[in-house]
Amino acid sequence: MSALLQQDVPTKLAPAGEPLVRLRDLSVRFVSRDATMHAVNGVDLDLSAGEVLCILGESGSGKSVTMRALMKLLPKSAVVTGEIRVAGNDVQRMSENQLQEFRGSTVAMVFQEPMTALDPVYSVGRQIAETVQRHEGVSRAAGMARALELFELVQIPSAKRRLAAYPHELSGGLRQRAMIAVALACRPKLLLADEPTTALDATVQIQILLLLRKLQEDLGMGVVFVTHDLGVAGEIADRVAVMYAGRVVEEGPVSALMRSPLHPYAKGLLGATVHAGLRGHRLTTIPGAPPSLETLPAACSFAPRCAEAEPACLAAVPAERSPEPGRKARCIHVRVG
Amino acid sequence: MRFAVLLGMDLDPTPDDRGGPAQALLDIRDIKRHFPIKGGFFGGTVATVRAVDGVSFTIRKGETLGIVGESGCGKSTTARLLMRLMDPDVGSMIFDGEGVAENTQSGGIALKDYRRQVQMVFQDSYASLNPRLPIEDSIAFAPKVHGLPDREARERARELLAAVGLAPAQFARRYPHELSGGQRQRVNIARALALRPRLVILDEPVSALDKSVEAQVLNLLVDLKESFGLTYAFISHDLNVVQYISDRVLVMYLGKVVEMGPVDAIYDRPAHPYTQALLASRPSMDPGKRRMEPPLTGDPPNPVNPPSGCRFRTRCPFAEDVCAAIEPASADLGAGHQAACHMALPGSGHSKALQVAA
Ligand SMILES: Nc1ncnc2c1ncn2[C@@H]1O[C@H](COP(=O)(O)OP(=O)(O)OP(=O)(O)O)[C@@H](O)[C@H]1O
Ligand SMILES: Nc1ncnc2c1ncn2[C@@H]1O[C@H](COP(=O)(O)OP(=O)(O)OP(=O)(O)O)[C@@H](O)[C@H]1O
Ligand code: SF4
Ligand SMILES: [Mg+2]
Ligand SMILES: [Mg+2]
Repeated sequence: MSALLQQDVPTKLAPAGEPLVRLRDLSVRFVSRDATMHAVNGVDLDLSAGEVLCILGESGSGKSVTMRALMKLLPKSAVVTGEIRVAGNDVQRMSENQLQEFRGSTVAMVFQEPMTALDPVYSVGRQIAETVQRHEGVSRAAGMARALELFELVQIPSAKRRLAAYPHELSGGLRQRAMIAVALACRPKLLLADEPTTALDATVQIQILLLLRKLQEDLGMGVVFVTHDLGVAGEIADRVAVMYAGRVVEEGPVSALMRSPLHPYAKGLLGATVHAGLRGHRLTTIPGAPPSLETLPAACSFAPRCAEAEPACLAAVPAERSPEPGRKARCIHVRVG
Repeated sequence: MRFAVLLGMDLDPTPDDRGGPAQALLDIRDIKRHFPIKGGFFGGTVATVRAVDGVSFTIRKGETLGIVGESGCGKSTTARLLMRLMDPDVGSMIFDGEGVAENTQSGGIALKDYRRQVQMVFQDSYASLNPRLPIEDSIAFAPKVHGLPDREARERARELLAAVGLAPAQFARRYPHELSGGQRQRVNIARALALRPRLVILDEPVSALDKSVEAQVLNLLVDLKESFGLTYAFISHDLNVVQYISDRVLVMYLGKVVEMGPVDAIYDRPAHPYTQALLASRPSMDPGKRRMEPPLTGDPPNPVNPPSGCRFRTRCPFAEDVCAAIEPASADLGAGHQAACHMALPGSGHSKALQVAA
C-alpha cells in the first residue's frame, strides 16, 4: 500500500473504549405543514473501527436517512433526536465549519448513483485534487499526486490517463471506483456506502466488493454498507442490521443471520430472495405493504403482515431480546438465551 | 380465431397475430447504433461510441428473453432501439413478419402502429411518472392520446390498476409520491399495458426494489404475461432473477451478442468465457465461502475503439493469436444455443477448437 495513505493521522481517533460509531435512540422525523413522517424511530447501533456493518431492509425503512444522519446531511425539515457519536465527535453539536472538516476526513460517503456525486464539468482527477487541497491545505501538485495514488489504490487501469477523464467518459464500474477514490481522498475513518453496486453487473460488483473489503482491511476503516442484496451482505459484512419502519428489528453476525434469521420480517426477506431452484415456482412474498409512517407506531410495525402475530404484538413495541451473545431481535417470539 | 385476440377479449382486442405462432414476434437483423462524441473548438465529432455494433436476435411469441451483460455494453441502447425511441443507424427490424417503419405498401408496419404494440418499463419508477398527475390519469394518458374517449380511458386505467393489484378505489387518485417504490413500479407496468402491447421491454424493472417487493413484481409479471398473452424482453444485472424469469437468455459484451440460448443451456453449459466469468461472479450466499479473487479482472475496453477480432480477447484467459486476427462467428451448439468464440467454432484455428479434417 502507498506510503501516503499510511501516514498516521492524529486527532481523529475515538477515545479508548468508545466504538467508532455509536448511535443511541436515533430518531428522525420529517415535519412539513401537512404531515409528519417518522422515518427513523429509535435506532441503536455500534460499529468498531475495521468492522463492516450491512444494513438491509424494506425500501423506505430509513436506511439512507440513518446514513445521512451520521454525516449531518439531512435537510432542515428533519428533526433529529438521540445520540450520534462518530470517532469521538458529538455530530449533533458540530458547527458548519467543523462539519466541513469532518465530512471527507473523518467520514465519507459513496452514493448509489455516482453521477450525482461527481461534478460533470471537471475531470475526476481535478475533483480529487481539490478535495485534498481544501482539506489538507496542500499544493495543487501534491493534490494531483494523491489523486494518482488513489486511482492506483482503487485499481483503475491506466490511472494516469484516466485522471483527465470527465465522469461521463468512464464506464459504470470505473465511475464507481472514482467515487470510492473521492471518498477515500482524505483517509476517512468511516466509509458510508449506500447501495454502491446495485447498478453494476456481477463481474464488476464482485470486483468492487473485494476492493472495498481490501481497502477496509488495509486502512482499518469502519464501513456501513446499505444493500438490498443478501448475497452482497454475504460477501462483505461482518454484522448485519435489518431495518423495518424506522427501527432495527434484527442485528447479528452475518452467517448466523443468513442461516437462521430470528425476526419474522428477516425470515420473510430471506424467503423472498430469488435463487436458482425457484424456476417455475411462485415466489414467496410478504403479504401486505409497509405501514404509513405518518403516526409513530406504538406496536410491532410488522404485526399487520406477520404470520406469527399475537395480541401481545400490538400492545407495545417489542423490546430487544437476545437469544445468544451478539444477536438480538425485536420480536416477542424470540427466546431469551 | 386468433389466440391473442381471444386472450385480450375481456378488455379490448389485441392487434392481430398475423404471422402465426411460428413467426418470430421480433426479428432484429444486424442493427447498429453509434453515438458521436462532440468536442474540440468547433464542436465537431471527435470520436464515435459504438454502443450497439451489429446485433442480431429474435424474440419469439410468448417467450421471455432475458438480456444480461456488462455495465455499458449496450443493453439499454438496444432496448431503446427495440422501442424505436431512437432509430438504428443500419439494420432491420421485422415485427411479426412486417418490416418496421418500412414502406407499408410493400408489407411494412408504420412506426405509429409499431409503437403502440411495443411498450417499455424503465428502472426508475419515480422518474418515469408525472408527479403532478394522479396515477389513474398517468395510465389513461396514452390511450387518450391514441383516441380513446376520456371515460373509457379512465375505465381501462382502473381495470389495469386492479390487474396489477392496486385496488382502484384506494389508489386511483393517489399521486406518485404517495406510493411505495414497489407500488410505483406496478403503476409503471399498468401504464405500459394501457395500449394493449404485445411486446413489453423491461429495463431493470426490479433493480430498485427490495427483495420482498421484487418477488411481488416478478409474480405479477408472470401472471400478466399469462392473462394478456405478452412477450417480454427482460434486462437485468441480477443473474438469479434472469434465470427465474427467462425462457432464453442473450449475453452482450461491448456492443455485441456473445452468447444466446435456452436458459438452462446458458446457466448449465455457458460456452463463452465472458458468460462463464459472469456466472462465476455471482455472490456465493455463504459467508463461509467468500470469494477471494474476482473471476474477471481489468476493465472493459473503450467502446470508442474496441479491440480487433474478438472484443473479449483483452480480458480472456484463453485468448490466442486467432482471437486478435479474426472476429469469431457465432458457433451453433445445438438446440438454439450459440456462442461467438473461436473455441466453440470447429476449424477456427484456436487450439481448444475442434480440428476440422483437411
Ligand atoms: N427529505 C425528506 N422529506 C420527507 N421525507 C423523507 C425525506 N427523506 C426521506 N424521507 C422519508 O423517510 C423514509 C425513509 O427514507 P430512506 O430514504 O431512509 O429509505 P431507505 O430505507 O433508504 O429506502 P430505499 O431502500 O428505497 O432507498 C421514507 O418514507 C422516505 O419517504
Ligand atoms: N446518448 C448517448 N450519447 C453518447 N454515448 C452514449 C449515449 N447513450 C449511451 N451511450 C454509451 O453507449 C454505451 C452503451 O450504453 P447503454 O446505456 O446501452 O449500456 P447498458 O448496457 O444499458 O449499461 P448499464 O448496465 O450500465 O445500464 C455506453 O458506453 C454509454 O456510455
Ligand atoms: S474468441 Fe478467443 S478471445 Fe474471444 S472469447 Fe473466445 S477464446 Fe477468448
Ligand atoms: Mg435508500
Ligand atoms: Mg442500462
